[in-house]
Amino acid sequence: MKSSNSTLASRRTFLKATSLTVAFSLSPLIPIAAQTPAGPAPLPLPGSLNSNRMLDGWLRINANGSVTMFTGKVELGQGILTALTQITADELDVDVKRLEVVSGNTALTPNEGVTAGSLSVQDSGTALRFACAEARGLLLQAAATRLGVAAGELSVSDGSISHASGARTTYWDLTSEAMLKREATAKAAPKPSSQHRLIGQSMQRRDIPAKVTGAEVYVQDMRLPNMVYGRVVRHASPRARLTSVNEAAVRRMPGVVTVLRDGHFLAVAAKREEQAIAAARALQMSARWEEAGDLPPSGQALFAHMKKQRSQDTVVSEKKDAPAAATATRTLEVEYTRPYQAHASIGPSCAVAVWQGAKLSVWTHSQSVFPLRADLSKSLRTPADNITVIHREGSGCYGHNGADDVAMDAALLARALPGVPVKLQWMREDEFAWEPLGSPMVMKLKASLDAAGKVQDWSHELWSYTHNTRPLDPDGTNLLASWQIQNPLPIAPARNIPQPAGGSDRNAVPLYVFPQQKITNHLLLDMPIRTSALRTLGAYANVFAAESFMDELAVAAGTDPVEFRLKHLSDPRARAVIERTASMAKWQRTAMPATPAKPVNGLLRGRGLAFSKYKNLAAYCAVIVDVVVDTRSGAVQVERAWSAVDAGLVINPDGLRNQIEGGIVQTTSWTIYEAMLHDNNNRLTKNWGDYPILRFPQVPVLHVELINRPDERPLGVGEGSQGPAVGAIANAFANATGIRLRDLPFTPERVKQALLA
Amino acid sequence: MSISLNVNGRKRSSAATPDTPLLYVLRNDMGINSAKYGCGVAQCGSCTVLLDGKPIRSCVYPASSASKGKVTTLEGLGSPDKLHVLQKAFIEEQAAQCGFCISGMIMSAKALLDRVRNPSEAEIREAMAGNLCRCGTHTRILSAIQRAAKELA
Repeated sequence: MKSSNSTLASRRTFLKATSLTVAFSLSPLIPIAAQTPAGPAPLPLPGSLNSNRMLDGWLRINANGSVTMFTGKVELGQGILTALTQITADELDVDVKRLEVVSGNTALTPNEGVTAGSLSVQDSGTALRFACAEARGLLLQAAATRLGVAAGELSVSDGSISHASGARTTYWDLTSEAMLKREATAKAAPKPSSQHRLIGQSMQRRDIPAKVTGAEVYVQDMRLPNMVYGRVVRHASPRARLTSVNEAAVRRMPGVVTVLRDGHFLAVAAKREEQAIAAARALQMSARWEEAGDLPPSGQALFAHMKKQRSQDTVVSEKKDAPAAATATRTLEVEYTRPYQAHASIGPSCAVAVWQGAKLSVWTHSQSVFPLRADLSKSLRTPADNITVIHREGSGCYGHNGADDVAMDAALLARALPGVPVKLQWMREDEFAWEPLGSPMVMKLKASLDAAGKVQDWSHELWSYTHNTRPLDPDGTNLLASWQIQNPLPIAPARNIPQPAGGSDRNAVPLYVFPQQKITNHLLLDMPIRTSALRTLGAYANVFAAESFMDELAVAAGTDPVEFRLKHLSDPRARAVIERTASMAKWQRTAMPATPAKPVNGLLRGRGLAFSKYKNLAAYCAVIVDVVVDTRSGAVQVERAWSAVDAGLVINPDGLRNQIEGGIVQTTSWTIYEAMLHDNNNRLTKNWGDYPILRFPQVPVLHVELINRPDERPLGVGEGSQGPAVGAIANAFANATGIRLRDLPFTPERVKQALLA
Repeated sequence: MSISLNVNGRKRSSAATPDTPLLYVLRNDMGINSAKYGCGVAQCGSCTVLLDGKPIRSCVYPASSASKGKVTTLEGLGSPDKLHVLQKAFIEEQAAQCGFCISGMIMSAKALLDRVRNPSEAEIREAMAGNLCRCGTHTRILSAIQRAAKELA
């Protein structure tokens, strides 16, 4: 029998080999992901412990003095792995340098579904806190037995356990494989905030040194022995049918190792990357496609069209706390719109795949390694047990971009080349043509003010395509190529994420207290242009509409926008972020002037505020911005932004600030520049010339402050600033110009048109 | 037929055809990870490297045209044990989220600081206008470049 130490050591060597150097071991992987034992319904456990209940699924204490932390959540540039190591090191009382991290690997880590929704600290962080607290307790118990003292008399520092008598031992001496091979009980309480050493500190991110020195970090950087380069060939028209292509000519091109046509799916592999690109271009030149011509109208006509489509209609919130609008003095009713918008990752999607016999390995920057495996299994008609999906970082994704699709593309192409690893990289135009987009939305807002200038009733009605077509749907697949191959699978039906988080209706239910409200969601059931999760889902558009409307009502009521919001808010944490942000920006609490100032040198200046609690479940955030509107060019510049955030217990303040800052900047870009173009047949956006985004000269100066509440549970922040940022920009624009823009984005053409009207 | 290049002070050769973009030769023949494919048409800056100290977009620059000069990539600036002032500043300011654009950012910043001793914030913003970042890390990148400029001044 192997000793426990050597088993751990060999596991460690294996982990190193797979996660760091990609030594090419395809020996059967030992599934160690925790499994739920059969029997009566298990007790609920905190965070992702509930679905991954074994302690050794999360943690290994290694005899060589290292600790391996397992998480199903993945690094997307949001700094999550650093935050999770802070939690683990703190709870376990070890130096963070001892930690090795294994993340997002279907053979090795807990299944935590998708890394999305600003939930990782809540799901994985909570699981790790409890798993570590329990592991620490078990180690102390073992130490007490060995040293013949009471566990309560022991203290731990960096894994070294000591007793006042001088007796000592270490985690590394005490550990055994059996110790953590047990179901978690969550009975060991995590440390109170007063005992945190690392939680709450701005620790430097563990991934950044490699990223600034050119280490092999990204899936795009992977190089495997005998690897070939793949490209896929698609038409920019969804549902285009491939009618003919000259494969033979391309097969004769230099370096080409295979051309794969499977139904309407077309791909090529070559020995060198530039050869694959040349071959893909040649295929595209000779390919003949039949376009479907079934895209909806573009521009503003899209929104009228959307309101006439087949939909599932749900009243998601209704409240009648007061009699009907007998005392209403004024009723406002307006519509806001948001166009198709793109994730527009800087690096197009990429994956590496290899088949060894019946076994498939895929390296991917997907947010959803386990769900991806499920859809690959269905689409490739291969048992999931034969597929290993391993996360490797990619370019930031901000939601569901082409990551999952390119993994399927790579797996298909690699199947034509048994034993040969294929790196398939989408080109820029592939990403713009095929990534699922953020859905266009129409929001119709209606409210009445009473004689005291308070909102008496509030209605928010919205029309949207789905915001969630990620893999793992029981009634279809959500991988592009699976719809295009010879034996296609049906696309999964449109679905909404239910409240309280919501999908298209995310943040449509106000946090403000209104005596009457009605929130109605029209989920459009057909999806002519593919849509899915783009950071915040519906919240960006709903908060844009609701917070713009709050200002419209404040103006109608003759009340300062800060006062107006506070008059309708009872949650003290919501009030606190608004008040803090207002004080940071030295907000003058006066009602907005009815007529704006005259332009000075053609420039108008304005200030606006907005607030939301993301999903009504995550971080509280308020944003104030100052904008300058150039009346001659129509250019809108956000000069400065202030934001206060309450995310409960903060794990890594600087990491949190980085997320809030990034959200404000990205939102500024969405709001001022971004709309995807299409005609009757095609998505027309091909490159950054067609889809401008914010550049350095236009980036606002940022001021972010955190309200730390160490005794509250941590709240997700990754998407927290985006709704407030768009609302603040819209309100600042109206403050500057006296004109309310209700259609995104605020492009120079649209601004000039509005100023002339 | 082969292309020979001086990359980070080392002579390297590639069997690629002369018109192959430098980016693919660097990444696939010379073990360079830093320069990234982002757009392939010189619009995003993530492939930026230096040729004789001047920033070029390696995704559209024929490899053979670089054979007479000296190519510098992020790997040539410094290593984890011996960081360049800019690399150190980017770590100090935590000036990355996903980091995909960062190599191009640092190389553009290097070219700027070699040219202008103590650039103003406006000059830095202008010089970096051709490098796209999607995570919204711009203000930290600006701070990192200012920090490095101060250290070099």
